[in-house]
Amino acid sequence: MNREEIRALALKKLLQVAPDINPGELDPKTPIRDQYDFDSMDFLNFTIALGREFQMDIPEKDYVAIQSLDGAVEYLAQHIEGSAEEN
Amino acid sequence: MSEFRLPSLGADMKDATLREWFVEPGDTVTKGDSIAAVETDKGIIDIEVFESGTVKEILVQPDEKVPVGTVLATIRSGGKTQGHAEPRKAGVSEDKQAPPEDMPRALNIQPPPGGERKRISPAARKRARELSVDPENIVGTGPGGAVTLEDVASSAGPAAPTGTVAGTAEKQAEAAASSMRRAIAAAVVRSNREIPHYYLSTSIDLTPALTWLEQQNAERPLPLRLVYAILLLKAVAGALQKVPEMNGFFMDDAAQVKDDVHVGVAISLRSGGLLVPTLRDVHRKNPDELMAEFSDLVNRARSGHLRGSELQDATITVTSLGEQGVDTVFPIIYPPQLAIVGFGSIVERVRPVNRAPQVRRVINASLAADHRASDGHRGALFLAEIDRLLQEPERL
Amino acid sequence: MKTTYREAMRSALQEALQQDERVFLMGEDVGRYGGCYAVSKGLQEEFGEERIRDTPLSESAFVGAGIGAALGGMRPIVEVMTVNFSLLCLDQIVNNAATLRHMSGGQFSVPVVLRMTTGAGRQLAAQHSHSLECWYAHVPGLRVIAPGTLEDMRGMLRLALEDPDPVIIFEHNALYNREGELAEDSSITDIRRAAVRRNGSDVSLICYGGNLHKTLDAAEQLAEGGIDAEVVDLRSLRPLDDETILASVRKTHRAVLIDEGWRSGSLAGEIGMRIAEQAFYDLDAPLARVCSAEVPIPYAAHLEHAALPQVDTIVEKVREVMGQNV
Repeated sequence: MNREEIRALALKKLLQVAPDINPGELDPKTPIRDQYDFDSMDFLNFTIALGREFQMDIPEKDYVAIQSLDGAVEYLAQHIEGSAEEN
Repeated sequence: MSEFRLPSLGADMKDATLREWFVEPGDTVTKGDSIAAVETDKGIIDIEVFESGTVKEILVQPDEKVPVGTVLATIRSGGKTQGHAEPRKAGVSEDKQAPPEDMPRALNIQPPPGGERKRISPAARKRARELSVDPENIVGTGPGGAVTLEDVASSAGPAAPTGTVAGTAEKQAEAAASSMRRAIAAAVVRSNREIPHYYLSTSIDLTPALTWLEQQNAERPLPLRLVYAILLLKAVAGALQKVPEMNGFFMDDAAQVKDDVHVGVAISLRSGGLLVPTLRDVHRKNPDELMAEFSDLVNRARSGHLRGSELQDATITVTSLGEQGVDTVFPIIYPPQLAIVGFGSIVERVRPVNRAPQVRRVINASLAADHRASDGHRGALFLAEIDRLLQEPERL
Repeated sequence: MKTTYREAMRSALQEALQQDERVFLMGEDVGRYGGCYAVSKGLQEEFGEERIRDTPLSESAFVGAGIGAALGGMRPIVEVMTVNFSLLCLDQIVNNAATLRHMSGGQFSVPVVLRMTTGAGRQLAAQHSHSLECWYAHVPGLRVIAPGTLEDMRGMLRLALEDPDPVIIFEHNALYNREGELAEDSSITDIRRAAVRRNGSDVSLICYGGNLHKTLDAAEQLAEGGIDAEVVDLRSLRPLDDETILASVRKTHRAVLIDEGWRSGSLAGEIGMRIAEQAFYDLDAPLARVCSAEVPIPYAAHLEHAALPQVDTIVEKVREVMGQNV
């Protein structure tokens, strides 16, 4: 899975949690909660959705790494086996 | 004789389920009385009668689902000339004395309760008649709180029987939002008018609770992790065991303290507005059960799939605006409840611990309580108990 | 063409004197002095003492003379220095000019044009500053008009002279020095119909004469706050153009009346009543008015300012009507 695929899947999960997010306007570098009304419950739902989609556990201490879309993509890419080398 | 029909209680409402009649045939009703409760997708809502008279026949029974406009009952015109029916109690009404059918028409003309006629602009009144909506039920935004044309238009919404209001999805969403706004407005206006609030606030060291939570979550798979709000809810429910007079309702001029703790949780919606679904029996449930229910409620509240019954029966409300970055909340009691607890954001503060300064994670808890039911001293004990319980999170 | 209201009226007088030999101007100090407000400056040199006549200080006498001249076939323009002084000739105007057509069974007409200044704002004190045009607007048999734009200042006199009955033109003294662009097209003036000077959808501001610009300024300020005001310039105070007023109110559903007269018994009161009579069910807010304070207009500048309708007070009243508490 390459980063573009990861990004597409992560964005899909994000939009499921927060349908009001406009993907065109979302700044991938800035934490999502700084841009939208995205509270801890939304964040937990997003994390759960990512964990389920990519079949991995995301420990609470790593939450800080997935605050932004870019951060989440980077984190996922590094933690999915075999995907890191592709890039 | 008039027909009491299921009104449109919001632009997107198509039907509703009748839940309860507060009156029975023969009861006298006065314009403005709530005489039935119906369940819509926004919750259970009391509906008012628009005419004074006597209930003649009830045509729709509880648990029947009917479309907007259905005749629910027939009302024989001819109001009481004195006194005010109290149909909520009149479900077991003693006042069975129906006025004679041939009562002079003139006696129907009663001044509305309070003496002053509701302010409705002439144009709004005319438009309301064209749209078949009752302007008496609309919250006015014009000068002096008068109902204006715009208020009528937004209250009628696109579902109104007219071709003049565009039925776009945007307009529907707007109308739904404004109907929620009106519901919130009605509740807070009543609260500020009727309830003598007192406010207390204290800052609580949340470090032990959060440390415990982090340890717990480190061992838990993603879907089973807890959010800190659960600990706050448990602490509130626990403190109510010690100071029960914050839990219950103020009705009929008396506090009705409840044993079971049903916590209304204020949830803000993305489109604006808020819903306060109820977490039942918080004192009896463990954090895991609460987390599952809480998460389910939040998700459904935000996707618009709450059941009406889930908006009912809360004995106290908890609101947390911490994630919006405020330190302290000064909440308004949700009537007829006795109290509301607000939590601000978690902030790092230097606090003395064992006589040495330490950086601790601190949260401000505030209480607004009904002074008719309790005094500041008990309120202070209540907040202190929340604090104490949060220092021993493993016991929550 | 850039010009002032004063020059616009002077050029209207000039044109009337040139085009019709029956036209002459008379009044106090209109000749040698050039008019108290310098409106007729230079006209005596151009048209001579026969046609630009200085009169004794007797309003009753020279207005009466004007009425007589009109009955005799002339087209007199009589300048009464201010409406405050016109009370001295009220008898001539109300009992004679306004009634003769009726009392003669239509045999006589009185085609006199009376020009009067009105209004305050120039620190001329109470006896020179009142707005009494409403009193004349009360009287059947008179046509009462008030120019608010340069074009109307320039064009109304010609139309008034064409009218076979007495016409009173109220010129607000605060307008004379005002400068602006005068459109060349004379057909845009009308003394029978009110004019919508600004289109809007939220509220109708109904005004005339010297308050037109204050009202337009208020409308601009309101627009910044999201209120889209329509401005109706009455032009004719008698008869009132109900049709234009009501069409505007039916569109906006709200009306605020701006009138420099005193509130009690004001023209604003009359217009408000007509709206209530004919457009009650179109109203979405109570009618409101901005009038002068019920005092003799003060001399002191700050008190005079406070006594008159101003942009701020108009804005405030409109916000109130819109349900925006200020």
